[in-house]
Amino acid sequence: MAQTVPQDLKYTKDHEWVRREGDELVIGITFFAQEQLGDVVYVELPEVGAEVQAGQPFGVVESTKAVSELFAPASGKVVARNDELVDAPEKVNQDPYGVAWMIRIAPSNLAELDALLDAAAYQKYVEEQQ
Amino acid sequence: MSQEFFPNTSPGTRGLVYREPLIFERSVPGRSGASLPSAGVPETDPADEIPAELLRGPIEHFPSNSENEVVRHYVRLSQTNHSIDTGFYPLGSCTMKYNPKVNEWAARLPGFANAHPYLPPEQLQGVLELMWNLQNLLSEIGGFAATSLQPAAGAHGELAGLMIIRAYHLDRHGTPRKKVLIPDSAHGTNPASAALLGYQAVELPSNEKGMLEPEVVARAMDEDVAALMVTNPNTLGIFETHIKEIAEIVHAKGGLVYGDGANMNAILGVARPGDLGIDVMHYNLHKTFSTPHGGGGPGAGPVSVAAALEPYLPRPVVVKEGDAFRLDFDRPKSIGKLRTFWGNFGMMVRAYTYILELGREGLRRTAELAVLNAQYLRKLLEADWHVAYENPSLHEVIFTDRNLKETGVTTMDVAKALIDHGFHPPTVYFPLVVSGALMIEPTETESKETLEAFAAAMKAIYERAKTDPEGLKRAPEKPVVERLDEARAARKPVLRWTPDFEIPF
Repeated sequence: MAQTVPQDLKYTKDHEWVRREGDELVIGITFFAQEQLGDVVYVELPEVGAEVQAGQPFGVVESTKAVSELFAPASGKVVARNDELVDAPEKVNQDPYGVAWMIRIAPSNLAELDALLDAAAYQKYVEEQQ
Repeated sequence: MSQEFFPNTSPGTRGLVYREPLIFERSVPGRSGASLPSAGVPETDPADEIPAELLRGPIEHFPSNSENEVVRHYVRLSQTNHSIDTGFYPLGSCTMKYNPKVNEWAARLPGFANAHPYLPPEQLQGVLELMWNLQNLLSEIGGFAATSLQPAAGAHGELAGLMIIRAYHLDRHGTPRKKVLIPDSAHGTNPASAALLGYQAVELPSNEKGMLEPEVVARAMDEDVAALMVTNPNTLGIFETHIKEIAEIVHAKGGLVYGDGANMNAILGVARPGDLGIDVMHYNLHKTFSTPHGGGGPGAGPVSVAAALEPYLPRPVVVKEGDAFRLDFDRPKSIGKLRTFWGNFGMMVRAYTYILELGREGLRRTAELAVLNAQYLRKLLEADWHVAYENPSLHEVIFTDRNLKETGVTTMDVAKALIDHGFHPPTVYFPLVVSGALMIEPTETESKETLEAFAAAMKAIYERAKTDPEGLKRAPEKPVVERLDEARAARKPVLRWTPDFEIPF
């Protein structure tokens, strides 16, 4: 389990991760999320330029089991999205913290990150879920 | 069913099943199934009459087959299918009860089957009388004031119901309001219907017993809430015992309560949603009232309302004046027409037949036996399988794959393995609040022997999961095609046949 919760990320209770890179935030879903979803077959992401709001849906991920909404860990404007996932959604299962990042945003309120879980708290939360 | 003939729990044997090519591959250019008489008027070339850019031109690879080739092709495909006429179909929340053949007889009576919707009302009196009677029966069964038969399916009924709620708020308060409250165990169609009408769907958490708590509703309830949507019993099969108190909380702030009638089979003839504080509800005739379901449809989703909402029903409604029946279009507050002509009339005939055949006592007995069958299966299975909620359940019960965790066998594998035993899998991975859900709804139409055979198959699967998990993960192996790669089918679907296409088996 240890390597499935990287130490340098922040997490939501909806199983998204967020990584700070300079002035921007990179967002994706966790190893636990992809494991629960099973084979991911479709990913829908917002357009570049769209505004996302902390706690609100910003996209959709669909697996052979279910369709789930993606919830933004922080608010801001989308500056990039990972279009590779449209053609190769299986990357979400293969490398959820790496090549399968989903969106990159210019955050409007970095203080929102303080409300998120750190790696230890997220790992504990996941263990409770199981 | 003796063990000598069925040494394992599968009723399957070696019937001849054809590996059928696609109709395109059976095509022979120039072959035809139709022999039309000569037109009797001079033939013209469309190119002489119609501009070239509007002409369709030939369709490449359009199949050309004789009549018997087409018939055999589709009959063979149908033989690889599972249906309620071939076997047990415990698909939770779908109420896959047997569809009595007497319903088909009634729907094929020439006076019904040949009635054209454009006939004048005086020539449609029998049709209109049936609709009027069915409207009234459904109102009576659910405890409502009036019913529209127009909606074409359950989700369409939901949309109709929410449109009625929206029209009511607009009419009464000058605003449609903004939000619709929906428990987290609801059918996905509930938030979809709300969103389609511009409402914000607000999810309410259910408690550890799988129930909606009045306090949770009270906290979420304000004057922006148009309605609460509830399913009772809910999708966990659990009766929401606080429903009256919850309805009072919603009504106190001017909101309405929408009832998703998908699980009506559990309380039919026992409790009336209208008496429980529900203001609007849709029925699924294709669930509760035994009309065909899924590919055998179409469905039908009549919507019933309390008296205050009657003016907003879709138009037309059937009215009776003296001894005559007519369609009333003069309904200025109506949400309008929702469906071509008057709805899926053939389904109305079947549902009406079913209600008359069973009568008041029979309908009640339906619900009682549906619950009894689900209880019996729960008892048969709960020694091996983890039950999602300890609370008593009614017409369906949810198990999970938790007890198989160490084996690596998942709910999906269990579902696939049931196919090898001759059963349609239950609903899986729904409701979303249950991890690895196996949602089983046997319905009242299955015998004790069928339930026991299903339980034996579940036991065999459970034991094989412990001893041979890898073998189980190859299931199903008996159907004409073995386990499909669902992920690949969804990621890289092949949507159009081409001559170089090769069937991968």
